[in-house]
Amino acid sequence: MYVAVKGGERAIGNAHAWLDEARRGDPALPELSVEQVEQQLGLAVDRVMAEGSCYDRGLAALAVKQARGDLIEAAFLLRAYRTTLARFGSSEPVETGAMRIQRRISATYKDLPGGQVLGPTFDYTHRLLDFALAAEREAVPPAPEAPADPAPMPRVTELLAREGLMRRDATDDAEPPDLTRDPPSFPVPRAAWLQALARGDEGFLLGLGYSTQRGYGNSHPFAGEIRMGEVTVEFTPPELGFAIELGEVVLTECQMVNQFAGSKSEPPQFTRGYGLVFGHGERKAMAMALVDRGLRSAELGEPTDAPAQSQEFVLYHCDNVEATGFVEHLKLPHYVDFQSELEKVRALRREAGR
Amino acid sequence: MGSAEPSTAERRHWMGVLARASLGEIAARLEQAPPLPTHTRLRGPEAGLVMVRGRQGGDGSRFNLGEMTVTRCSVRLADGTLGHAYVAGRDLRQAELAALLDACLQRPELRDALLAGVIAPLAARQAEAAALVARKAAATKVEFFTMANMRS
Repeated sequence: MYVAVKGGERAIGNAHAWLDEARRGDPALPELSVEQVEQQLGLAVDRVMAEGSCYDRGLAALAVKQARGDLIEAAFLLRAYRTTLARFGSSEPVETGAMRIQRRISATYKDLPGGQVLGPTFDYTHRLLDFALAAEREAVPPAPEAPADPAPMPRVTELLAREGLMRRDATDDAEPPDLTRDPPSFPVPRAAWLQALARGDEGFLLGLGYSTQRGYGNSHPFAGEIRMGEVTVEFTPPELGFAIELGEVVLTECQMVNQFAGSKSEPPQFTRGYGLVFGHGERKAMAMALVDRGLRSAELGEPTDAPAQSQEFVLYHCDNVEATGFVEHLKLPHYVDFQSELEKVRALRREAGR
Repeated sequence: MGSAEPSTAERRHWMGVLARASLGEIAARLEQAPPLPTHTRLRGPEAGLVMVRGRQGGDGSRFNLGEMTVTRCSVRLADGTLGHAYVAGRDLRQAELAALLDACLQRPELRDALLAGVIAPLAARQAEAAALVARKAAATKVEFFTMANMRS
């Protein structure tokens, strides 16, 4: 219980003034522009768009700057901003099969149609600090080019599905639930948890995904495919009656391939865990795919006793804006609550000492 | 060319090109185009959101992935032609120009000049930007060696 407390306005005002000064840092150094954040801290911007659940690079970069690089605070700022905007509607489903590939790798097939495309990756770097970046640098030369292969890049899961070895995901025309409008009522359909995971905290999902690999809901995953690039978003305005293109968004998609022993009605085959996130967020997409597969255990008749297999555990705890709200509310004044606890402990001690 | 009513495919094309073009790029092309007629704002320009949807597993049922910012605008020309725009982002002036151009492009007497002077060059620039990304991606494609050709 909180009690309204008056006073503190001057302290709060001064604290915020100091925050502003601290954010600016040493005034002898040039101020960071939002454009610089957007361009040069692009993966921080991507993470804030994903967890803020709002694709807008400029807004996410502003949020990163305002939050002094605290990405959860930045996601919170973006979520708060989005509530000020009206929603015009929902897009057509994005066609990730037609993605303009910047990166596409498979850990299950060496030679797959379209090939392995590494893209701008940290993989195979030595993880040694590069002190050249700390010094003034000459212009960075443009990346090498090679003739582009116009051949399509089918999804790995599609190759397996054509052979009948990959369980097809359900396809229906049902209007998907929207967690931003309707709170979940358990059990929820897969569409609801995919939305929650797509906006969930990367660190939390990484830990949960890792737990499935370590035996808490063991699922023997292979990274069937990871792809990153631009997809076109189409929207059908009611006044036009046909779909138009709004522009492109960068997405990262991960298909985890898992063995499935089969059941009375289905032969042994592979199943998939699916990850799809805004921006270039490979770790998040992979973790999401692991947790998605964990949450599918009930549908596949597997045990459901691990944390990553519990819908309520995952959905109630993966959102960092919700989690931070409840954890951080502990620092608000609880003076009266604590006073009553103090009285109780003193009374108990008096009784025990008698 | 020059038929009274544009096809849906034509209109979709120019609306998509205008949605991807920045305000500066559109304005630069318009400097060389004939002046546009005056227009009345019917709605907006206003920024809002569109919920982006994906498919479960990439090809299954739909789910809500997250929202994106979108700006829309609707305008009317003096002759009653309506123009609409829905563009990614929050640039109000880009959306208004896109809506105005959508209206003008529906006018047979303006269409060819605007297609040639504005839409085609913007589309070419967008295609080249996409092709550049594709060429950089192609340069990072792994060429596996087999034991046979490593020896040869």
